[in-house]
Amino acid sequence: MTTLSPAIPSDIAAEIANLHTLLEKPLPSREGSRVIQFREALREAMTEEMRRDKRIFLLGEEVAQYNGAYKVSQGMLDEFGPKRIIDSPISENGFAGLAVGAAMYGLRPIIEFMSWSFSLVAADQLLNNVPKMLYMSGGQWGCPVVFRGNDGAGGQLGSTHSWCVEGLYANVPGVKIVIPSNPYDAKGLLKTAILDPDPVFFLESERMLGDKAHVPEEEYYIPFGQAALRHEGTDCTIVSFGRPVNFCLEAAAELAAEGITVDVLDMRTIRPLDIDSILASVKKTGRIVVVDQCWPFASVASEVITQVCERGFDWLDHQPLRVNTEDVPTPYAKNLEAEYLPNKFKIVAAVKKSLGLA
Amino acid sequence: MTQAPSAPASATAFRPLPKAAAPGDYGISAKLPDATLIKWLRDMMLIREFENRCAQAYQQAKIGGFCHLYIGQEAAAVGTINSLNHDDPIVTAYRDHGHALARGMSADACMAEMYGKVTGCAKGKGGSMHMFDKPNWLFGGHGIVGAQTPLGTGLAFAARYEWEVMGKSVTGGPAKKKVALAYLGDGALNQGALHEAMNLAGLLDIPVIYIVENNGYSMGTAIERGTTMAHDLRKKAEAYGMEGAIIDGFDVMKLYDQFKPLVDRCRENQRPAFVDLKTYRYLGHSMSDPQKYRTKDEVDQYKNNDSIDRMASYLMNERKTNGKPTLSEADFHAMQAELKDICMKSLEFAENSPIPDASELYTDVLYNPQPNMSPMRDYTHGVKNPLL
Ligand SMILES: Cc1ncc(C[n+]2csc(CCOP(=O)(O)OP(=O)(O)O)c2C)c(N)n1
Ligand SMILES: [Mg+2]
Repeated sequence: MTTLSPAIPSDIAAEIANLHTLLEKPLPSREGSRVIQFREALREAMTEEMRRDKRIFLLGEEVAQYNGAYKVSQGMLDEFGPKRIIDSPISENGFAGLAVGAAMYGLRPIIEFMSWSFSLVAADQLLNNVPKMLYMSGGQWGCPVVFRGNDGAGGQLGSTHSWCVEGLYANVPGVKIVIPSNPYDAKGLLKTAILDPDPVFFLESERMLGDKAHVPEEEYYIPFGQAALRHEGTDCTIVSFGRPVNFCLEAAAELAAEGITVDVLDMRTIRPLDIDSILASVKKTGRIVVVDQCWPFASVASEVITQVCERGFDWLDHQPLRVNTEDVPTPYAKNLEAEYLPNKFKIVAAVKKSLGLA
Repeated sequence: MTQAPSAPASATAFRPLPKAAAPGDYGISAKLPDATLIKWLRDMMLIREFENRCAQAYQQAKIGGFCHLYIGQEAAAVGTINSLNHDDPIVTAYRDHGHALARGMSADACMAEMYGKVTGCAKGKGGSMHMFDKPNWLFGGHGIVGAQTPLGTGLAFAARYEWEVMGKSVTGGPAKKKVALAYLGDGALNQGALHEAMNLAGLLDIPVIYIVENNGYSMGTAIERGTTMAHDLRKKAEAYGMEGAIIDGFDVMKLYDQFKPLVDRCRENQRPAFVDLKTYRYLGHSMSDPQKYRTKDEVDQYKNNDSIDRMASYLMNERKTNGKPTLSEADFHAMQAELKDICMKSLEFAENSPIPDASELYTDVLYNPQPNMSPMRDYTHGVKNPLL
């Protein structure tokens, strides 16, 4: 009789315990003068973990000699050499599957997709193998890979290059989905993603890679499933994740000038989804607007609103509203693209509507 | 200018047997100990007996889903797996019972998996097409045609990485040079995944051997109808800068004679290779296949060239030990009886094993489950949502 592996192998259990210890430490201040770019925050997260753990390698198109298509991995080849910072040919399905095999074997791959738009040609590996391996194998092999890259529209790249994959990929159980909105969170969340033994899809935005903020010198790990309250108010709850959080903050400032105050919750992770914080806020405000850079149909926004209705229906004073991208393919023309995306005007209008002011 | 290969054989054309190796014409395999060769025969017979029991259980609706049997191809798994070290990783497609058994999975765990029982190798969560066996380095049977080939490439990549970059194994022991095998059907030759994987392996010096278990058909499509250059698949290997070989998969000893040195080379040089392993399945593609695409004569011709018969005949007639046949008729029959018993017992074991507890639905979704991973009341690992 083949011996069955225990539900969680002891080495994995020890790693989870270690991660939980790291996550208990209080987070350092967001205020300070060590201002770096979003891309540098990502690089620091990878570099710090790679120095500690030789099982980690970075593989993707142009990550090594070219220094990263978007300069996220700049300098990493020099530090770690070509056996750990690996240039791949344009074979997303091939190298995503390679990462699955390597992770099952015991390594900790970080795979860079130049854009999540291109992950669609690796959909079979990402949807069939990555999330299901642990289950299909009856707990024998998981798939500890971090897949990361640019997600979302905004650079006039047109229909094929503007994908927001969170709506698609969030449908499948078995992966964690992280979507930071600022450099501080990006670093702390990526470090957690690398240590987490489960597969993580980490969604960045090319539009934000140059954003700057204070990122502390000391190492820190941000827990998954904990939204950050980025703006506080009492009139309406705005829920968002990724780049549109920044539009929500613009909208919040504009609304504040008119005497309307809102909570802006930056979810940071979509799976897990910190519904507790959303409900707590909705209980206070009685209103919710979800801002999501995916299409509206069967989106994360739909999921958030469903869960709010399932669990906080009695607290609602207005039907939940959502601001998604328009339900059309992504256009190229600058004005059309701007019209297509969520923006502060749409968010302000939605909040006012929820307050019966529009 | 390359010409298209000559007209493909029509679906019903008679598929001639490749030229047989002359029996007794063996190389390194003949020098192996008697016990090793007898073990190979036993492994092949175990697979055949087991698959016959599967067919029976499937017809009684004890096994659900798709069930693809390995009868006719036994030499392929047995000859290749016995050319490896036990800790060389392998991965295969959905026609995987033979690989599981040859790797050392018990008939009980394999059958119970198909019965959907908790005593199955994957606790009844995988089924016939998804046999996983960690202690035996079998990284799965895989259901999507070709999708396992990048995985095999990744296994070999990791094995090389632990040896070359880490200088120790991922579990802390000493690292050594390994090879990985990635099996695929001839139908998978036309999947992009394979070509991306082979290109990566060629570029990055990954010690993986792609083994095409070329049984001539993908479901009802004869290889020539779906694959260019079917008459010489080594050309595909050449295109990706790796060694390619055509190997007779009807004679396990001939197979070993060719395959073992290839494994040794790939291990030593840490390079990939590609094998067109000629084989044949006697039964339908799966348990529901009327087999209109081939003639009974064709199947019979292959059955008359059976790898188990050939090996048995070698051990019982040609090969002598101390002047007597290496395997006596009495011992052969005893072995047959023993294997029959093992397989009958596996049916019993599977039948009498408990079904998975309903709570198993929620286990093994994540290693590190967290609150709010799911809107369902019971989320992963059966932990209750504290809010509900
Ligand atoms: C991507 C994909 N397409 C189609 C199928 C359905 N399918 C399962 S097996 C098979 C034939 C494959 O034949 P081959 O690769 O030669 O393997 P064999 O069955 O001969 O072992 C097909 C079409 C599948 N499982 N995956
Ligand atoms: Mg075939």
